[in-house]
Amino acid sequence: MTARVGADDLALLVLGLPFASFLLLALVRPLRRSAPAAAVVSIVAMALAFVAAFLTLQGSVRRGAAVSPSTTWSWIPADGGPMATVGVMVDELSMWMLLLVTLVSLLVQVYSWAYLADEPRSSLGRYYAYHSLFAFSMLGLVLSPTFLQMFIFWELVGLCSYLLIGFWYDRPAAARAAVKAFWITKLGDLGFVAGIVMLWSVTGTFDFWTLFTMGSMGTLPVEALPPIMFLIYLGAVGKSAQFPLHVWLPDAMEGPTPVSALIHAATMVTAGVFLVTRAFPLFRLTPDVLTLMAWVGACTALLAASMACVEADIKRVLAYSTISQLGYMMTAAGAGSPEAGFLHLLAHGVFKALLFLGAGIVIHVFHTNDVFRMGGLRRQAGVWLPFLIATLALAGVWPLPGFFTKEAILADVLEVRRWGPFVLLAVTAFLTAFYMFRVVFLAFFARPHGRRHGEPHVPLAMSAVCWLLGALTLALGLQQAFLSGHHEAGGPRWLPWLSLTLAGAGIALAWAMYHRGAIAPARVAALLGPIDWMARRRYGLDALFAGLYRGLLLALARLIGWIDRYLVDGVLNVLSAWTLRAGDRLRGLQTGQPQDYVYGVAFGALLLFVLAHWRLR
Amino acid sequence: MPLGAYLTLAALVFAIGLFGVLTRRNAVGILLGIELMLNAVNINLVAFARFHADLAGILFTLFTISITVAEVAVGLAIVIVIFRVRRTVEADHLDLLRG
Amino acid sequence: MGVIPFPVLSIITWAPFVGAVLIMFLARHRPLAVRLIALVTTAISVVLSVFIFVVYNREAAGFQFHEKYPLVPPLGIAYEVAVDGMSLLMVLLTSIIIFAGVFASWTVTTRSQEFYALLLALVTGVYGVFVSLDLFVFFLFYELAVLPMYLLIGIWGSSGQVRPRGIFGWAFRETGVGSKEYAAMKLTLYLLFGSAFILVGIFALYVSAGTGSFSFLELEASSFPPRLQFWVFLAFYVGFGILAGIWPLHTWSPDGHASAPTAVSMLHAGVLMKLGAYGVVRLGMGLLPDAAVELAWLVGGVACINVVYGALSAMAQTDLKYVIAYSSVSHMGLVMLGAATLTEAGLNGAVFQMFAHGVMTGLFFALVGLVYEKSHSREIFKMGGFGRSMPGIATAFTVGGLSSLGLPATAGFVAEILTFMGAWQSTHPWWLVPAIAGTFLTAVYVLRVTKQIFWGPPSPHFDHLVDARGPEWVALVLLTAVIVLFGMVPALAIGPVDTATVPLLIRLMKP
Repeated sequence: MTARVGADDLALLVLGLPFASFLLLALVRPLRRSAPAAAVVSIVAMALAFVAAFLTLQGSVRRGAAVSPSTTWSWIPADGGPMATVGVMVDELSMWMLLLVTLVSLLVQVYSWAYLADEPRSSLGRYYAYHSLFAFSMLGLVLSPTFLQMFIFWELVGLCSYLLIGFWYDRPAAARAAVKAFWITKLGDLGFVAGIVMLWSVTGTFDFWTLFTMGSMGTLPVEALPPIMFLIYLGAVGKSAQFPLHVWLPDAMEGPTPVSALIHAATMVTAGVFLVTRAFPLFRLTPDVLTLMAWVGACTALLAASMACVEADIKRVLAYSTISQLGYMMTAAGAGSPEAGFLHLLAHGVFKALLFLGAGIVIHVFHTNDVFRMGGLRRQAGVWLPFLIATLALAGVWPLPGFFTKEAILADVLEVRRWGPFVLLAVTAFLTAFYMFRVVFLAFFARPHGRRHGEPHVPLAMSAVCWLLGALTLALGLQQAFLSGHHEAGGPRWLPWLSLTLAGAGIALAWAMYHRGAIAPARVAALLGPIDWMARRRYGLDALFAGLYRGLLLALARLIGWIDRYLVDGVLNVLSAWTLRAGDRLRGLQTGQPQDYVYGVAFGALLLFVLAHWRLR
Repeated sequence: MPLGAYLTLAALVFAIGLFGVLTRRNAVGILLGIELMLNAVNINLVAFARFHADLAGILFTLFTISITVAEVAVGLAIVIVIFRVRRTVEADHLDLLRG
Repeated sequence: MGVIPFPVLSIITWAPFVGAVLIMFLARHRPLAVRLIALVTTAISVVLSVFIFVVYNREAAGFQFHEKYPLVPPLGIAYEVAVDGMSLLMVLLTSIIIFAGVFASWTVTTRSQEFYALLLALVTGVYGVFVSLDLFVFFLFYELAVLPMYLLIGIWGSSGQVRPRGIFGWAFRETGVGSKEYAAMKLTLYLLFGSAFILVGIFALYVSAGTGSFSFLELEASSFPPRLQFWVFLAFYVGFGILAGIWPLHTWSPDGHASAPTAVSMLHAGVLMKLGAYGVVRLGMGLLPDAAVELAWLVGGVACINVVYGALSAMAQTDLKYVIAYSSVSHMGLVMLGAATLTEAGLNGAVFQMFAHGVMTGLFFALVGLVYEKSHSREIFKMGGFGRSMPGIATAFTVGGLSSLGLPATAGFVAEILTFMGAWQSTHPWWLVPAIAGTFLTAVYVLRVTKQIFWGPPSPHFDHLVDARGPEWVALVLLTAVIVLFGMVPALAIGPVDTATVPLLIRLMKP
């Protein structure tokens, strides 16, 4: 690294590379139409961005310097100084996110090259253009020094996920899912934008640094904060798929599998958690919102886990597991320790990417998403080991990263005596282990179902990426287990044993039910009757949203449309119809005889004379 | 002669013109009536100009006369066109404007 | 920047008119010559608009490029033109839209000579309104901008399908709803009804000021009694508001825009509706500060209805052109809302929204025109899967739609966020709620339409669809680029606009 390249410059480079790649792919048509070139441009840009992100982190670690206030430029000018600024804010939080985002994006892009090899060349160019834009938006979000910039990139992230979920736009299901994702997250974003606008009008700034300084100096109008922070939190609810706005995420599985990996691991759903973490100094001032956040997070975690247990589609199981883990992260933030949530986010990003990419291979092999029609994958496609590692990590088994981060969250929740969320999260931990191993046993260990089309060939790029991520997961876990010395969760002594027991129980139950066949799944379902029934129907939430949309919104629109056309405009038409009728009646006066008119004129003149004479006298 | 005499003359001419316009069947006759009415106005204008010693009235009359000429030309042209198209200039038969 | 040695505003204004005259006399039966003349004359306006946009002195602010020639000195009528930051942006908008409109109507075949001549004459009127400082001449230009519409829609328009129903069904049957003649008549009558109010307002101010001058600058300097201000503001609000599509006087707009030919819809929704908003801001707020403050609740309240009601109505439509037309009603509500906030952010947002919506709706109508030309249908629910055969049009439509729903990096976002900021700061913070609800509703109907038309499996009703070609691309690329450029670098527009809105607000807030 040469002389003194500041962290801000490097961060700008990280931001600029994917954008440049997007611009190239979007504007240069030949490049876009040729798939290999497009992929190379995008992947190379992403790789460079990853290197730059790494250097940013390393440089700052070496300098050990605290973060300086962010570099900003005026974006919306106004009379007394800019009304809004844009820039980059490089601190530890954003640097780690840069690393995660660039890493996952890079790996997913490499993987996609093999996964989508059958796509027409032109749409592959489009795919990589969207990908670059997606990475750019998420990086911009991460580096935002102001709420407004964060909102800008926040929406762009939403746009990219819309475009990528709807990548196969001629499939009706994909089109529907893309639109649904956009609408539902937009609902949350309404709160976000209202919140920042209100925050701006009470403080006069969007800038995090200024706001935090005001917060620590006590010059923030605290009494105005709770509604504002609640609204901002709504944005995070939408993006991070918290109850009740989580309904878009399972449907988003209609996109290509690598896209799901990207959305779940690094770019889209993490944005909400990142927002809460970033703005935590403000959230800290509103304990009510934090309580709500913790409860909603914990409920989301449990609800999503219960739905994952009854889902047959492997990608949807993973989607619900993401929602569930996001619930963990939000609960951590709600319990006052967003750092724990953030660490879980980073770790989860790595192994969830692996899970999805692994699931992609599984789907590639079986040509189905249904776990009950898979089986016996263990012997081929060396993917099963990394997938197992990731599953163990997600289930929270020592010494994998999920274990440590989850435990840290649980410890923090305990520390603030939030017993309700704690219990919910603990049950979720059990369910997580259960549903993940249900998938593993069904997909990898069960007897093969039916015949398969020859020997499946898994491209090298795909398996290599999985192995790499598996190794990384393992390394992260081992690093935390042995190198960082004692683990600092600080919870009570029994906590690690509790979480290990829960995970073990979940695995054992899954083994008993789906591998050994000792317990018939149907009996368990019958035992849990109503819960099973509800979970299979997704607790009616999808239906509720669909009903609101059709029954309320569209009906209201139709009503207003009818009123506008036939009442508001009707009154006008009545007026004009009356005018026409009156004209019709009066028409008889027009005889067409010039002399009749002259009579009229003469008598009129006479009348005027008489009147004038009478008035004058 | 007093002003009143001129005005009476003008009023008479005007009334004759108006009578013509109202009663004639033939479009040419109607035009003639209009001419009479216009000339009655001219008489008024000139008489007032003479008695108020104001040249503007006379100037105005010159304008009116020239405009009248143009008007007669246009009016007759219209009548001729009407005759060509409808084969009649009887005002009773010309009711294209009837509502 | 020194004084420009030539009357730049007059050239911008009259170049299209000269083009119209040339077309009428020189290009009989030569369609290509017609288009080339139109292209050259509008290009002159575009180039000069960009030129003045660049050289406008942002430090000095105020009215620049001033020209004044007395017309009727005894009555104080003069041809006086100049631009400030606000009209500067509007002139640029007009140039962009008409330039794109010339390309968008490249395929007009019937009587293209007359069509282009009328279109260009109309544009002169629009420019004139934005640049003139003399209210009498302002009004003349205003009428010039409104009247050719009647012919343009009545002759080159297309008829829609509106079934007369409801308790007033008999009235619809009698007025002949749905035909292009009906739409043309409705639009013209409405706008003339409005301009009567405007004329009365202008004369009231002229008489009351007693300076014997129609000059905006002189009228601005005189103060009017509150009672008069109140009534004149109302007159201006109704008069200009009709053109801006305020509820419930907006119903001309869907019918008119849906029936009008492509370029006319572009120009009308893109620019003419802005004349209305511009009139309210410039004359209403500029000349009648007390009444503007007093009646802000009315302007803002009606605007809120516009936003939500327009969006819901748009959602209910099945004809693509009607959707776009109702979205204009909704967005013009946002413009008026921003203006009614009487805050710096809100007013800048309103002016920016005028620009953003102008470009965006111009793009939309250009696209609808293209889709209609290729598929011969405007029925949304018969279309489907057009994205495969016309990716370029689909992309442009998506960009327009995203701008419409206020997605960042498009011009629409900047306008909306500024309006929101203004709304919450204003004396009626609850205006924020309908404003934000409007963006969500917009997201619903825009994406729904996009999905229906361009996504999904190809519709069985259509085959052999082709993407945009040749000159058609120019309009799409130009408008899309402007939307994105101004969305990413809003300072381009906000800079000059701010120099105009801040003095206006200072005048308003003066006790």
